[in-house]
Amino acid sequence: MPATTVPDATTADGALLVLAIVLPVVGILLSFVLGGRCAERIAGVLLPAGLGVACIVFLKVWQGGEPLIYTVGGWQPPLGITLRADGLSVAMMVAMAIVICLIGVFAHANFGSRAASIETRAPLVFWVMLMAISGAMNMIFIGGDLFTLYVALELLTFAAVPLVCLDGRAETLQAALRYLLFALLGSILYLIGTALLYGSYGTLDIVLMSQRVHLEPATLAAATLMTVGLFAKTALFPLHLWLPPAHAGAPAAASAVLSAVVVKGSFFLIVRLWFDVMPGLLSVAASQLIGVLGASAIICGNIVALRQKRLKLLIAYSTVAQIGYLFLMFPLAFSADPLHLQYGDALTGGMLQAISHATAKAAMFMAAGLVYAALGHDQISELGGIARALPMTMFAFGLGGLCLIGLPPTGGFLAKWLLLEATIATGQWWWAIVITAGGLLTSAYIFIVLSRAMGPPSAPLTLHAAVPKYQEVAALGLALLSVMLGLVALGPIDVLQVGRPEAPMVQLR
Amino acid sequence: MSIASVFDIALVSLILAIGASTILVRTAFAAVVMFAVYGLLLSIAWVRLHAVDVALTEAAIGGGMTGLLLLGAAARSRSDDVDRVRVGYPVRLAAGALCALVVAGLAIAVFHPPAAVPTLAPTVMENLPPSGLGNPVAGVLFVFRALDTLLEKVVVLLALLGVWSLAPDRAWGGTPGLQVYAKPDPTLIFLAQLLPPVGIVFGIYMCWVGAKDPGGAFQGGTVLAAMWLLVIVAGLQKAPAISRLWLRVLLVTGPVLFLVIGLAGWVFADAFLAYPAGYAKPLIVAVEGALTLSIAVALGMLAAGPPERAQQQ
Repeated sequence: MPATTVPDATTADGALLVLAIVLPVVGILLSFVLGGRCAERIAGVLLPAGLGVACIVFLKVWQGGEPLIYTVGGWQPPLGITLRADGLSVAMMVAMAIVICLIGVFAHANFGSRAASIETRAPLVFWVMLMAISGAMNMIFIGGDLFTLYVALELLTFAAVPLVCLDGRAETLQAALRYLLFALLGSILYLIGTALLYGSYGTLDIVLMSQRVHLEPATLAAATLMTVGLFAKTALFPLHLWLPPAHAGAPAAASAVLSAVVVKGSFFLIVRLWFDVMPGLLSVAASQLIGVLGASAIICGNIVALRQKRLKLLIAYSTVAQIGYLFLMFPLAFSADPLHLQYGDALTGGMLQAISHATAKAAMFMAAGLVYAALGHDQISELGGIARALPMTMFAFGLGGLCLIGLPPTGGFLAKWLLLEATIATGQWWWAIVITAGGLLTSAYIFIVLSRAMGPPSAPLTLHAAVPKYQEVAALGLALLSVMLGLVALGPIDVLQVGRPEAPMVQLR
Repeated sequence: MSIASVFDIALVSLILAIGASTILVRTAFAAVVMFAVYGLLLSIAWVRLHAVDVALTEAAIGGGMTGLLLLGAAARSRSDDVDRVRVGYPVRLAAGALCALVVAGLAIAVFHPPAAVPTLAPTVMENLPPSGLGNPVAGVLFVFRALDTLLEKVVVLLALLGVWSLAPDRAWGGTPGLQVYAKPDPTLIFLAQLLPPVGIVFGIYMCWVGAKDPGGAFQGGTVLAAMWLLVIVAGLQKAPAISRLWLRVLLVTGPVLFLVIGLAGWVFADAFLAYPAGYAKPLIVAVEGALTLSIAVALGMLAAGPPERAQQQ
């Protein structure tokens, strides 16, 4: 057992972490008072400011090679709460802040409220919830305490669910209700697990707990409950039932934020749990089981996506499949010899998959939203001619698709390449088959959509509405990001390892 | 067997029986009534476990407020034919499996307790005096883990906005309906005139005493919200339109004051959400007071539901 170290003290620039959480909270409170007409302007200032903070934090951690730490209220853990930004945190923070900002640009067309004379419903709700999601995600990334992370999960849930039924149609209400039930279930399971862990170790701080944690029945029970709960929130197969109707029914900007950003929050907590709170406690059998769930998600999600008739549903089922890839990192990271865990490739690949899926999927949902706006429907069989009418939009969709398939030089390529390398390094060839087959299935449905879109229209195409250029640019910007993500291999990819222990400890007592 | 243990066994059996009947009864309305009773019994159990703060919260939020919200939902769904929807076997099976999982997890933890149960309670008591608080729960909520408490209040605001967002567009900015409740009768009106003065004093007392003894913003706020709702339901006062500026200001007063004091701690006490030496207790009482008001308004509006009538110009 390693020597118990003194809890971390606030580092220089640690105060930036407080800003990352406080800025969105200020935005929420201000919007409540000033009303929906000002909400967009408030978000327009605070979301870019949040991106700025995230970038500065990223640079500090990357260049310093040390995590940033802030002790809230001056109370050290176990009594107080610590905010901690390590490599994983800052990479996700920056990526999600960029995606959220571009979604904000895109959403101006649908939720712009500057010209309105009185407050209207959808703009107020959308902008407040978007700021809440950005704050909640930051908190999930830098929270150093299991209960603080629970509060962040709650913030995320209550911000995400209303977005599903923002347009108020009956079927979206039903989808939102189903999402709410799954999400609350996840929250309560996470909370029970947290209570059990506190009862066993007398702390909620992640670092302190990782020094004390050992294999015992209560710990395993807690970990199982928390993991299952977070699976439900992340929509891992077979707990994905809520996702397709919720993500496909929401307005395009909301779908983008739900699919690209929100599911990554609970996924990140699963990573925190098994890599940081209880490193080395995940048994090989359990990690293989998680891998099987991920593989089933990839295969089933892709096959169901192939059979969809509506574009938005296709993209939603593709999210179910892409989430599967995220969970392949568990069997690859926790392979046979627990004393020599090969974290590097699997963890980097998994996080990169999360980030590149975020950018690509946001771009694709935006593109689908624009297609819907232009045609008045999103039937895949009647997309003919749309590529000629909206070339930039379909280009964005195609680039996002390339990233999902995993063609070089996209981020998806690099992520899947790292995962494949890990399968070879650990001798688990069976996951390589799943990764490759998933890529093939993905390319099938992307090409179906693209070939329909590039084909001739069955009847002369009449566009319902003109699509604003900046919306197309926002979608294309995200798609280009997902393509260029592959280039991070040449640059800041090593930031992910900042603050990671050299070799994870296993304590079998 | 002592009287206390006879009482405990009876209480536990009753809780189990009420819990079972919550599932077994046929109508949603009966299930909600059972659920509220369940919450009250559970709060007695918390008192027996010497967790008075938890007991108060369970009675106020678990049984009372949640019961009221569910009652509203049951009444709303009665007008539609939701009662006729039958839950299929796969769903029942899934729910049963989930419950079995949770029970198994809890059973494992209960039957394998650690040799020495670690606790932070002595550390909390050691570090409590500088804050001037007497109630360790208030200490945890407002001194050691103030960040969580602050953000939970934001969660309540988001929940309220989520409920409001269910309104039809034309009713936005208007008044909540509250039509789901019974028509006011003389008894209800009499109660609505008699109880609020007592309830308001009691709610304020609960908030005030929270610094020293069990009580606090959430419990006090719930009592105030209950009094407000009673007056609205009895028809003595209308629910306010959600676009009213005073309503919005009241809703954010608590979190804003909390945040401002937290940020001031950066300047005057060297850390976000730290209190300057000697000023901790007055500041915390001020925050609790403002939060009580905000929570009362938020809970009252949550129970009142989404706006249904456009605001009269």
